[in-house]
Amino acid sequence: MIELISASRCTACNICVTACPTNVFDAVKGSIPVIARKDDCQTCFMCEVWCPYDALYVSPNADGPVDVTEEQLELAGAFGSYRQAVGWAEGGRQRPAPEIMQRLRG
Amino acid sequence: MVTASTGFSADTAVYYEVDVLVIGGGPAGTWAAIAAAGRGAKVVLADKGFCGTSGATAPSGTGVWYVPPDPARRTKAMNSRWDLGGRLADPVWMRRVLDRTYQNVNHLAEWGYPFPTGVDGEEIRTSLDGPDYMRLMRKRVKSAGVRILDHSPALELLRDASGAVAGATGIRRQKGDTWSVRAGAVVIATGGCAFLSKALGCNVLTGDGHLMAAELGAELSGMEFSSAYAMAVDHGSVTKTRFYEWAEFTYADGSPIPGAASKGGRSSIAKVLGTGQAVYARLNADAQEQVAMRHAQPNFFLPLNRTGVDPFKDRFPITLRLEATVRGTGGLRLVDEGCATTVPGLYAAGDAATRELVCGAFTGGGSHNAAWAMSSGFWAGSSASDHARQVRGRSRVATRSGQTGLTEGRGSRIDASSLIQSVRQEVLPYNHTYHRHADRLNASLDRLDTLWSDLRSTDAADLSEAVRTREGVAMLATARWMYRSALARTESRGMHKREDYPGRDEAQRHHIIAGGLDEVWTSTANVGGPADEVLAA
Repeated sequence: MIELISASRCTACNICVTACPTNVFDAVKGSIPVIARKDDCQTCFMCEVWCPYDALYVSPNADGPVDVTEEQLELAGAFGSYRQAVGWAEGGRQRPAPEIMQRLRG
Repeated sequence: MVTASTGFSADTAVYYEVDVLVIGGGPAGTWAAIAAAGRGAKVVLADKGFCGTSGATAPSGTGVWYVPPDPARRTKAMNSRWDLGGRLADPVWMRRVLDRTYQNVNHLAEWGYPFPTGVDGEEIRTSLDGPDYMRLMRKRVKSAGVRILDHSPALELLRDASGAVAGATGIRRQKGDTWSVRAGAVVIATGGCAFLSKALGCNVLTGDGHLMAAELGAELSGMEFSSAYAMAVDHGSVTKTRFYEWAEFTYADGSPIPGAASKGGRSSIAKVLGTGQAVYARLNADAQEQVAMRHAQPNFFLPLNRTGVDPFKDRFPITLRLEATVRGTGGLRLVDEGCATTVPGLYAAGDAATRELVCGAFTGGGSHNAAWAMSSGFWAGSSASDHARQVRGRSRVATRSGQTGLTEGRGSRIDASSLIQSVRQEVLPYNHTYHRHADRLNASLDRLDTLWSDLRSTDAADLSEAVRTREGVAMLATARWMYRSALARTESRGMHKREDYPGRDEAQRHHIIAGGLDEVWTSTANVGGPADEVLAA
């Protein structure tokens, strides 16, 4: 579930408020958005992919909340790691040689 | 107090008159909108969430049934799923879908979709990454001149005096007000129903379109093929199943589970999980395969990376999440090649429609569903546009058709959370939906039917609860069509497994049609395909 909006990374662009398919966030005038309906989070990670500032963290546990701190997540390199993996961060999608990818084709 | 019922009769905050209204902005809905606009229709697309992230495809990605028009390859592609689907698919539709998918995927390439290059230097066009695909589709919808209403769940359809569809009305949930759209034709592209199981991207898929269409009298087909469960890391949401083909499955003590496999052995896994025991997986792949896998499906590895699991070394607990009709094949019944339903002006596409025509009785998940979504969406949008042109300028009085949860009754409102909880209790257990038996189906149906009749005398939901209430009502209706259809098919075929009828009965090589809300009924319809011969492209 969505666990955290990093106050130091977030620019209050509110893209997450718009992009979340289950309407989990609320925009707040003059501030960064809040996680208003955490129970509605379906753990689809789309907010992380759409956030240009890598300010969101979704825990892989879809069934319940998990304690995390911003410091831990920074240390683990979690912020932006998924956006990078799907190729939406600078540098695009890293692709191994076609010969390696061919190994998966039956 | 503003309720969902008074919300429409007062002026809605936004109102549009268009040729085609598309409800749902996943692959099927976006292809429908683009096709309709391409034929000159004025189009509104309303999505419950955000067109571009909504639905099962955007967070996931999918294979696509993309086969070049070489007769040998097409024949092979058709036959590979023909038996698996219990020979209920229709070869005419399979050929059409292969043709249309080939053309549409080639459009994606022209539009700039970043297909990777294979060893032969050619682009590999047989799979799509969800985020890229749906971001591109949103862009194309907008540049086609379609107006997108995001965060605008539809609550009910509008009908004219003849019973034809005339639009829809709903809620703008980030504004707290209402919308209505008058339209000459409507495309239902709301996806299937996964009962809020948190399968990847599926919580927006609650059968809303099935309910709205049925309130106008639309019929369903193949709702017994609704028993799909997909594998995920325990407590995880990423229901990507392909890499579990590399897995060995064990009990907690490391001993192998007999018969367990991702393909053809998922039933054994469900049986163990059903007893409350944990099931563990570990993937066996060589170093090169591991690299390829990590790059092919980054979302598969996301929950593992974040919990410090190396799936090639560590055994990790897995679960099965219900995907019901999303990866099943049942949905709204189609009556012509333009994806018309039995209601004039109402079309259905993608997972909201039956996929038996292309998949028969076996899961249309992955490549076949993706091919179906882009093909049926294209056809539904095109024929909706043509229909709308015929009724354009005709003066039609539109009335609301929504019933349970939207009309006034005898004083109390539906408790949406408790309704949803009650429905989930009947459909989530493996021994209700996966492994079926008349005793359990009947017992469930008794409770579900009672629930339905209790709801019929309730008042309209408060505006703030209207969406959740209607989701609950839609899931309840869907569960009743599923189980009534499952009872009517007294055999096992494709994904539909009856413990009391384990064998296939050739006399039942037909479709089960279902419909009705207060009284759920079923009947049968003939299949289009041949019984025995091998298919030719």
